[in-house]
Amino acid sequence: MFNLLTEQLSLWVIPIILLLVPIVGYFRRVKVYEAFVEGASEGFHTAIRIMPFLVAMMIAINIFRLSGAMDVWVGVLEPILELYGIPAELIPLGIMRPLSGTGALGITTEILNTHGPDSMLGRIASTILGSTDTTFYILTVYFGAIGITKPRYSVFVGLLGDLIGFVGSIYICTKLFN
Amino acid sequence: MINLIWLFLMVTGILYAGWQGRIEVVTQGAISAAEGAVILSFKLIGVMCLWLGIMKIAELAGIIRFFSRMLSPLICFLFPSVPKKHPAMGAIIMVLSANMLGLGNAVTPLGIKAMQELQSINREKEKASDAMCTLLALCTAGFTLVPATIIAIRSAAGSINPAEIVGATLIVSLGATISVIIADRLCRIYCQLRVRR
Repeated sequence: MFNLLTEQLSLWVIPIILLLVPIVGYFRRVKVYEAFVEGASEGFHTAIRIMPFLVAMMIAINIFRLSGAMDVWVGVLEPILELYGIPAELIPLGIMRPLSGTGALGITTEILNTHGPDSMLGRIASTILGSTDTTFYILTVYFGAIGITKPRYSVFVGLLGDLIGFVGSIYICTKLFN
Repeated sequence: MINLIWLFLMVTGILYAGWQGRIEVVTQGAISAAEGAVILSFKLIGVMCLWLGIMKIAELAGIIRFFSRMLSPLICFLFPSVPKKHPAMGAIIMVLSANMLGLGNAVTPLGIKAMQELQSINREKEKASDAMCTLLALCTAGFTLVPATIIAIRSAAGSINPAEIVGATLIVSLGATISVIIADRLCRIYCQLRVRR
């Protein structure tokens, strides 16, 4: 029941917004088509401004991943983190999560397929993916669009959120699903 | 910090590839990532136009003003540096609601819109303001009521109950969001104290 509800909800939310906003606009005497075009005309410029920031960030992340340097850091962290009861299989996900959304999705899918979605590892991986976000992508795009080059402490705060999400997911899942 | 992280990713990646005798990976990786970034920005143009267009209708129809009036106590608490009637208020509410509803590609355009509004009241245009740091913290903590993507990949992997993790994600992301708000406040106070000295 709950599955069906969430599934339907995620299908309907966007169409409903796309329906309601113009209808309300029309009755509030907004020239809906003209207003849409006016708003949309900003889209191109903004997306182009983000490009250099995105190129810089994605090059660094890609080199880090493809060279195998990421796996080395996973290997270094594994024995240390296992002492604190963090499963080795989750460490690549923890490192990938703030760097790349598609990468993290790929790792999670792999965990779900090898260990099963209803195993403890599968549940923890799903929870990690659901309760954190791609910090570096958001930082690059949001600040890139307005030309901010000095993000100050927000990098630290964003990564702290990811760390709490990672550790919290392991803790909550082992409590919740036992 | 961002400079150090970027340098760290580049240097460790290139040196390790060289040491492993796979230096060609670096060039390929760099070029394919650069191309990928351009493709991503081009894809972004479409969704940006779509959501900024809808936002404009909502703005002119007074829908955003309605929501920002309803939620202004909360937003005023989180963003004390933003004037009460400023359009940034509405934009912040829009991106946070899109985040909560898990609207996927709508979040980025709305987030950028909110950042642009905050930039208009920012004194140093290259440096992130306090309000920008708070907004970024809230967005990166990613509080979502229904994590639709995860439910979808769980059900694709053959889960008996794909949505059973929703409770866990709610607790964890709420906890992460609250911790991030506190951390952001502490950093802000620390910075203010350092400036005064």
